[in-house]
Amino acid sequence: MTGRVPDESSERRLYELRREAERTGRVEGEGIRPAGAPFPAATSENGYYGLPLLKTPTWTWEVPLYFFVGGAAGAAATIASAAAITRGSGHVVREGRRIALVGALVSLPLLISDLGRPARFLNMLRVFKRQSPMSVGVWTLVAFSTSATAAVLSDELRNHGRGGAPIRAIGTLSGLIAGATGAMMSVYTGVLLGATVVPVWSRNIAILPVHFAASSLGSASSILEMRVGRNRALGVLATISAVLETGLALMPLIAKKVATRAPVLTRSDRASRMLFAAEVLSGPVVLSLRSVGSSRARRLAGLCAIAGSLLTRYGWVEAGRESVREQGAGL
Amino acid sequence: MAVTGFLTDSTLCIGCKACEVACKEWNDVPVDGFDWSGLSYDNTLALGASTWRHVKFVEHQPKAGCGGNSPHLSWEFSSDVCKHCENAGCLESCPTGSIVRTEFGGVFVQPDICNGCGYCVVSCPFGVIDRRVGDGRAFKCTFCYDRQKAGMQPACAQACPTSSILFGDLERLHGVADERIETLHRNGLEDARIYDPVDSSVGGIHAFFIVRGDPRSYNLPKSPEIPTVRVAAGWKSAGAAAAVMIGASLMVFALSGRESCR
Repeated sequence: MTGRVPDESSERRLYELRREAERTGRVEGEGIRPAGAPFPAATSENGYYGLPLLKTPTWTWEVPLYFFVGGAAGAAATIASAAAITRGSGHVVREGRRIALVGALVSLPLLISDLGRPARFLNMLRVFKRQSPMSVGVWTLVAFSTSATAAVLSDELRNHGRGGAPIRAIGTLSGLIAGATGAMMSVYTGVLLGATVVPVWSRNIAILPVHFAASSLGSASSILEMRVGRNRALGVLATISAVLETGLALMPLIAKKVATRAPVLTRSDRASRMLFAAEVLSGPVVLSLRSVGSSRARRLAGLCAIAGSLLTRYGWVEAGRESVREQGAGL
Repeated sequence: MAVTGFLTDSTLCIGCKACEVACKEWNDVPVDGFDWSGLSYDNTLALGASTWRHVKFVEHQPKAGCGGNSPHLSWEFSSDVCKHCENAGCLESCPTGSIVRTEFGGVFVQPDICNGCGYCVVSCPFGVIDRRVGDGRAFKCTFCYDRQKAGMQPACAQACPTSSILFGDLERLHGVADERIETLHRNGLEDARIYDPVDSSVGGIHAFFIVRGDPRSYNLPKSPEIPTVRVAAGWKSAGAAAAVMIGASLMVFALSGRESCR
């Protein structure tokens, strides 16, 4: 808590007060207002003694990690579906579906362990509320993990020579559902953050889903590239994502020149630095490494994209924590 | 069942904190620590998972001629509580349906349903509801739902010795508040006003206040906004982003075509 800090002037004033009391028997002065004292500090600008009005998000480390894992898994499913529809590389389809399944299986425990009462996770499935992005998100995750599982199962059955026409049909359909819900998985977490009272999140509600989509696309295409080797389509997708990230990295600079109100980022330092580092890592760094063309540089670019994507989520969540502590937040 | 409300009149509050104690006792709310804050006589500081009534000790400079015990300092006390919003952010965001609207118009968290996801915490524009450390669930004022069901008034209103906390039919309380403001203005407290953000997306509150001066000195936001108003914009942007993602993937694979990729 902000306590009063005694300093030279406050101690001198205390001494003067005592002298005055000793000499005259009474004190007429105004008393003592040491530096940092809360008197009188309840104002229109500061609110009630500068105490934060809004509550700090309770989410722990699992949540931003889930945003990353769920987003990457979702985008992998979307890429796999796109490859399947256009009769692209079968290798990309299979690996994309596997990554989606692994991501979904990791997502669930992350989401559950963040709860205050993990044993009651299933209460999330009592209702569907379209006005609550978290409710929509949980149902999206359920649809995504179910279809991702079915898609991989069908692939595996066919690999073992048991794939009849029905299995093949189930595989195709669930692959498509996983692709569509996967795209939702990449973007809904942006709405989840944006539809809150946390100033920096709600201010950026239009940018958050776009940022998370670009970030998910970058990490998913990088992971896929590591699994299947060089693939032109994956390379293009990774580049598209890096170009978008570069744009987002430049945005605060441009915005400062164009408009007085910067649309992205807080005034707070730590989160700003995290987000800027994330954007640089997954934007310009990836682009320049990819332009080198060697397979080692490409691998390094992939790792940078993944690290940047992870840092993006931690940066945004941290920005929210700092945002509620800003002076006058929510007043 | 009639909609009930609280009118908390800070011009009548003497800062005795009987409401805090009564609330803790009746609702069996656990202790939430004790620290000297150095901020007036307030060592509780804010509403929270284990503080459902909280008396604020607002030291601010009064407008000249508006009373107060010194020209430099006026000392207002105000018992804060969950506002029981007409459109409640916590209720709309709750993914389990744990938070409901009662037959008395109050907003109630069902403790047997809440799984502690924490989404309500970031959805309350008044910073009221919070997750209780150790328990894991979210808690806030229940509007003494149990007592109201038994035809009684909430514990805080019952304990208040100066009628600073009035409980009753919301319509009637609005009338009482208007009359009280008239009296206060007549008596020279020209800065007394009602705090009830009817024009915001919250659409009014069932627990409303009489305060002096700028409500923001009491940490009462000028134009509170429920997050739900932004959801549509968010989904629009998310839909566009998802469509671009799907479209780009399709196009890239279609163009790079049947090229071998092993």
